[in-house]
Amino acid sequence: MKKRSLIPILYIAFLMLPIYWLVAMSFKTTNEILSGFSLFPQTFTLENYIAIFTDPTWYWGYINSITYVTLNTILSVCVALPAAYAFSRYRFLGDKQLFFWLLTNRMAPAAVFALPFFQLYSSIGLFDTYLAVALAHTLFNVPLAVWILEGFMRGIPKELDETAYVDGYSFPRFFVTIFLPNIKAGVGVAAFFCFMFSWVEMLLAKTLTAVEAKPIAAVMTRTASSAGYELGLLAAAGTLTIIPGAIVIWFVRNYIARGFAMGRV
Amino acid sequence: MRTENQKAWFFVLPVLALVAFNALVPMMTVVNYSVQETFGNNQFFWEGLGWFEQILRSDRFQAALGRQFLFTALILMIEVPLGIIVALSMPRKGFWVPVCLVLMALPMLIPWNVVGSMWNIFTLPKIGLLGYFLNDVLGINYDMTQQPLSAWITIVVMDVWHWTSLVVLLCYAGLVSIPDAYYQAAKIDGASPWSVFRYIQLPKMKTVLTIAVLLRFMDSFNIYTEPFVLTGGGPGNSTTLLSIDLVKIALGQFDLGPAAAMSLIYFAITLLVSWVFYTLMTKDDAQ
Repeated sequence: MKKRSLIPILYIAFLMLPIYWLVAMSFKTTNEILSGFSLFPQTFTLENYIAIFTDPTWYWGYINSITYVTLNTILSVCVALPAAYAFSRYRFLGDKQLFFWLLTNRMAPAAVFALPFFQLYSSIGLFDTYLAVALAHTLFNVPLAVWILEGFMRGIPKELDETAYVDGYSFPRFFVTIFLPNIKAGVGVAAFFCFMFSWVEMLLAKTLTAVEAKPIAAVMTRTASSAGYELGLLAAAGTLTIIPGAIVIWFVRNYIARGFAMGRV
Repeated sequence: MRTENQKAWFFVLPVLALVAFNALVPMMTVVNYSVQETFGNNQFFWEGLGWFEQILRSDRFQAALGRQFLFTALILMIEVPLGIIVALSMPRKGFWVPVCLVLMALPMLIPWNVVGSMWNIFTLPKIGLLGYFLNDVLGINYDMTQQPLSAWITIVVMDVWHWTSLVVLLCYAGLVSIPDAYYQAAKIDGASPWSVFRYIQLPKMKTVLTIAVLLRFMDSFNIYTEPFVLTGGGPGNSTTLLSIDLVKIALGQFDLGPAAAMSLIYFAITLLVSWVFYTLMTKDDAQ
């Protein structure tokens, strides 16, 4: 048993090393970073974090990112729920083809869509809004949400639906009061994945925004290139982007393994 | 069993409308550009399939495609076995399970540009932990910005760091669904660890492994942000993968025609390979 647990420990250590380094860098002064190697911050400083929390372009980057990510998550899960129900309960003309077509959008390279998206959202006047990024991210999040929810819904026996109808429930009432509580875990996992992929994506988010809805990722690239070599500041900004993900993941920790398997185990 | 009901289309309609808006309009834009030539001023001329021929014949595209396949093959060959090994050696119950899962999933929730920056900071000579360790402690000459081999090793290790956990979590989900009775039966029969793996664990992991390979293929084939932030496609063109090259042509040089043609070829390749995986996967589901 002891020998076997060595592998996960080594693996996790490997995962934590670069993260540790990022966090350690964020507490160092620029002088210390450039003057030489030190494993721990010698002159522990919070100035990088203070710089971020006092500069509106920085902290608005976080607010913007969280806003469009939340919007996207709600939108994706809401439209995916009825569709997943249909796929899990009924056969209809072209269902298999439609399901595969949805998945193909998960396969499309974001680089292919960057320019056309820019033109599309500019032409309908949504460029540089939260809605534009949230809508653009549904391209890959909706198929994923449908896929995950369908897997979880398939595990619910059809008798549940039939009993409810016999008891005189209307479809919307059945769906909200009986069916949804039964697939809570699935909804949570789908929402988690939508959050995750919208939070980490940056090519489209950067292309579709300029000033008003600029994501934190774009603020970071600007800092990395224009303000010279402010590694400490960059590290602090990076460290702060890890926190929302860590919080969200803690909520779904018990479902995460099953969730990654799209409910298909 | 699922019942036949054409009204189910109404349930699918919102998804259809949303995804069609997001996928079809841009896709038609791309198709449009791919068969036309422009000299600016919004004037377009019919070009036919010329761009496709030019792209397919160009050394630049073939080289990027080759690098892309090499990258995807390398990361699949490392991540899948490593993921299986880690998943097999993880505890099944107890306090440490959620802790392990959360820590393992953490890299996947870091924005992709931050992943690139993080590895940049980690590997800088003199400043980064890895860069310092390799250069000053082990005495290996390592500089990602100068040596193509170092750059390649770095982007592969970065991807392994970033995404192996996906394989681990998927396999783990398959493993915990195996009832204890299976293991007890194997013990009574005196099965070796290898035959337990081969005849009990591997078949149970088959579906999730296919999902893992499918997702890893799609995402690694489309990878852009992380290597772009880390190496910018260099040194030279040595780490210019397909997406990086595409963005260079489309947004850098603004050659819309060739970029659009390349987009469609690129998408077709991803689609073709994914379709093969998908058919294999649904065939398993049906059984």
